[in-house]
Amino acid sequence: MRLADAVSSSLDALRANALRSFLTMLGIVIGVAAVIAMMAVGGGAREQVNQQIKSLGANLIQVVPGNVTSGGVRLGAGQSSTLTDDDAKAIPLEIPAVQVAAPIVRGSGQIVARGVNWSTGIVGVTSDFFEAREWTIERGREFSPEESARGGQIALLGQTVMRQLFGDDDPIGQEIRVRNVPFTVVGVAEKKGQTMFGSDQDDVVFVPLITARQRVVGANRARTSSVSQIMVKVREGESLSNVENDTRALLRQRHRLQDGQDDDFQIRNLAEISATREQSARTLAMLLAAVAGVSLIVGGIGIMNIMLVSVTERTREIGVRMAVGARPGDIMNQFLIEATTLALIGGAVGVALGVGAAKLVADAAGWPLLVDPTVVASAVVFSGLVGIASGLYPAVRAAHLDPVEALRAG
Amino acid sequence: MALIETTGITRTYRMGAETVTALSDVSISIDEGESLAVMGPSGSGKSTFMNVIGCLDRPTSGSYRLAGEEVSSLTKAELAGVRNRRIGFVFQQFNLLSRATALASVELPMLYAGVSLRERRERATRALTRVGLGERMDHRPLELSGGQQQRVAIARALVNDPKVLLADEPTGALDSKTSIEIVALFQELHEQGVTVIIVTHEEDIAAYSRRVVRFLDGRIVSDTRQEPRNAAADLKSPRHAA
Repeated sequence: MRLADAVSSSLDALRANALRSFLTMLGIVIGVAAVIAMMAVGGGAREQVNQQIKSLGANLIQVVPGNVTSGGVRLGAGQSSTLTDDDAKAIPLEIPAVQVAAPIVRGSGQIVARGVNWSTGIVGVTSDFFEAREWTIERGREFSPEESARGGQIALLGQTVMRQLFGDDDPIGQEIRVRNVPFTVVGVAEKKGQTMFGSDQDDVVFVPLITARQRVVGANRARTSSVSQIMVKVREGESLSNVENDTRALLRQRHRLQDGQDDDFQIRNLAEISATREQSARTLAMLLAAVAGVSLIVGGIGIMNIMLVSVTERTREIGVRMAVGARPGDIMNQFLIEATTLALIGGAVGVALGVGAAKLVADAAGWPLLVDPTVVASAVVFSGLVGIASGLYPAVRAAHLDPVEALRAG
Repeated sequence: MALIETTGITRTYRMGAETVTALSDVSISIDEGESLAVMGPSGSGKSTFMNVIGCLDRPTSGSYRLAGEEVSSLTKAELAGVRNRRIGFVFQQFNLLSRATALASVELPMLYAGVSLRERRERATRALTRVGLGERMDHRPLELSGGQQQRVAIARALVNDPKVLLADEPTGALDSKTSIEIVALFQELHEQGVTVIIVTHEEDIAAYSRRVVRFLDGRIVSDTRQEPRNAAADLKSPRHAA
């Protein structure tokens, strides 16, 4: 029997029992749809995380003051003031792989402009900060080195702050009061969006580091040159972990820490965070693959079950086909093709449903829709294999029927 | 040369511990173009004989030559090929596929012969016209009367131009008038040169064959020739006239 004829007669048989065929392939449909949808949604979420990590700045190491024990009282990370401007200056000088190290002073407070007020984060930075974070100025200008050194009363606004205080008006040259200190807005930073932890990076006002320390947040700091954080940008192609180790050694030496004494600072590596994310995403993907495998196997068992019923029901038909000249191989092919067709159609419908569901979720969550073609292809191929595997036993059973007995069947 | 020649064929079945002999040392020679009725009560072995002759079953021992070819030792797949090319079956219950149209039913044997779609259509149409169903090719079995269904089955049996038409109780499910119509069709085909073997337990039907072979307990007990009745003429007689 020709293959095309075999396929068309199998389709006829499936159509004759349309409802049953549909219900049989439902297992495969649901399995494949779930996998495709979850893979796409997971991929979209991962892509979003990657974009967020990228928005924090690639090749970045963050150094924050660590917990110190003072008279038996342990202070939490970031609360002490062990890091200084000099630490930040020393890092790029001593470690050649470092492109730039930007000290930051963080605070918060109420900002007032034109009678509108807004509570936000106030960050004292040098121009190195924008280089480290790969954060460009959308409008206006950065702080000049001279302004940074002198501690001018100038400010750069994040997008959120700009929108809150000035709406659609141009804020450049306008005056704002930060904790009652007047500043002139010289620029607006580009939109960065949310961090992977959900905080708005654009809800911020940048002022020169020295100004911040002297006039805005510095009052309650123990040491006048202390910083809240140092952002270390590693040169392209250099190893983050090497720089991390070098930085640790350098800071321990500068802080005169003895062997066995705890670090009085912490180093956070964004790549590590992203690697952890990547790892958990991979684990999730493997879990999904396992779920997919199980659902496809269950779907396959459903197909095998129905094919066995079908062989029993159609024993007489098989006898008639054999009487008019069907070889055992023809009968076997017929049932194999039926099972495989069921599974393939199920797989295809599952892909369509899965992509549709993923699109709904992606649209709702504002993620990019990521449908991996290899996932789609392997889902379809795997469904086909499941069809062949589950059709094989019923098909062999049909092929081995004795024509005389098959013709005698009710 | 004989079309069908069996020499000492025996067919035994194992039923639990017992061995049942369905055919015992059957030797018969049937020439091409014969019209033969196989008779006998149920359990006499006539159905087993037909299954063996039709290559649906293989004899336990003995030789069976069909058109000169020894077929008793062929594989299942080879036997399927022989059935496809050389034998046309007609059954008591018609055995049409319920979802297939008359045309599709008649095309079925050609599907297994690997005939192209166009030729299938053409030959199936011709076969259906030959059995008088040229107008009902798109009907499914449920839309056809018993006699019409049997005509579709006969067209299916004829479509690959077999050497022999094997009919197992072809009139068993039909009323007497339709039975004679079907027998008339067999006689017509016989006149066109088809070898027709009809298995029946009805003397009325056997009367239309030229040769009558009777089975009992797995053996041939008589093999006689007679002047057959003419079914077409009987249809015009008062008894069968509508």
